[in-house]
Amino acid sequence: MSETKNFMFLNRRAPYGTIYAWESLEVVLISAAFEQNVSLMFADDGVYELTKGQDTAGIGMKNFSPTYRTLGDYEVRHMYVDKASLEARGLTADDLVQVEWEDWETEESVDNIVEVVDSEKVAELLAESDVVFSF
Amino acid sequence: MKFSIQVNEGPYQHQASDSAYQFTKAALEKGHECFRVFFYHDGVLNGTRLTTPPQDDRNIVNNWTELAEKYDLDLVVCVAAAQRRGIVDEGEAERNGKDATNIAPRFRISGLGQLVEAAIQSDRLVVFGD
Repeated sequence: MSETKNFMFLNRRAPYGTIYAWESLEVVLISAAFEQNVSLMFADDGVYELTKGQDTAGIGMKNFSPTYRTLGDYEVRHMYVDKASLEARGLTADDLVQVEWEDWETEESVDNIVEVVDSEKVAELLAESDVVFSF
Repeated sequence: MKFSIQVNEGPYQHQASDSAYQFTKAALEKGHECFRVFFYHDGVLNGTRLTTPPQDDRNIVNNWTELAEKYDLDLVVCVAAAQRRGIVDEGEAERNGKDATNIAPRFRISGLGQLVEAAIQSDRLVVFGD
């Protein structure tokens, strides 16, 4: 399995209410072991997955949001957020967590791989992907 | 073309499994290849042999089993999703101290790596769900 593909994980669900976001994250973590080019896209209610300060105490569910901040250590190189979805929900980039990325071999690093992009760019990125995992 | 299929919803509640079955059957009849069918989220519920739909309705679980027998399909149920939802084979029953199994014939329980591998090995991954 030497082939390297562009993987895109498209996340469109709120983090709680259904299990899609959490089980999608499990696939992202596993895919790190396969050395593919992994990107994530957050659109529609999926943008809530990246919001800061999540507190799940009142609903008796595990707060898995800290995991998103570790994705830079799991070979995830890009995390894109659909601008229109953010705006429709009254959110801005300041409401979202920052995710640091570092290549431990080359010591190349990026302070924050979370990037807000417009709809045209969303379409372009999806079209460029070899595989779209849709959750 | 070499396909892999991902089924994200349980049977009957949602059309995803029916659509995935019809798609897979049609693709195979046209001479395409199906590398793997991977059941995730509530999709793992397609893999219980205890399903008993009314006699005048389709039996979705048996449909998958029969298709797998005819074309030697690889039907894989995600282990983490299966554990949450009570889909059990002999190995899982032993590991987790359960007193029964319910996995349907031709289905097997395995890890998420099987989904990632399917995506790498296939020309197309087709996802059925919302």
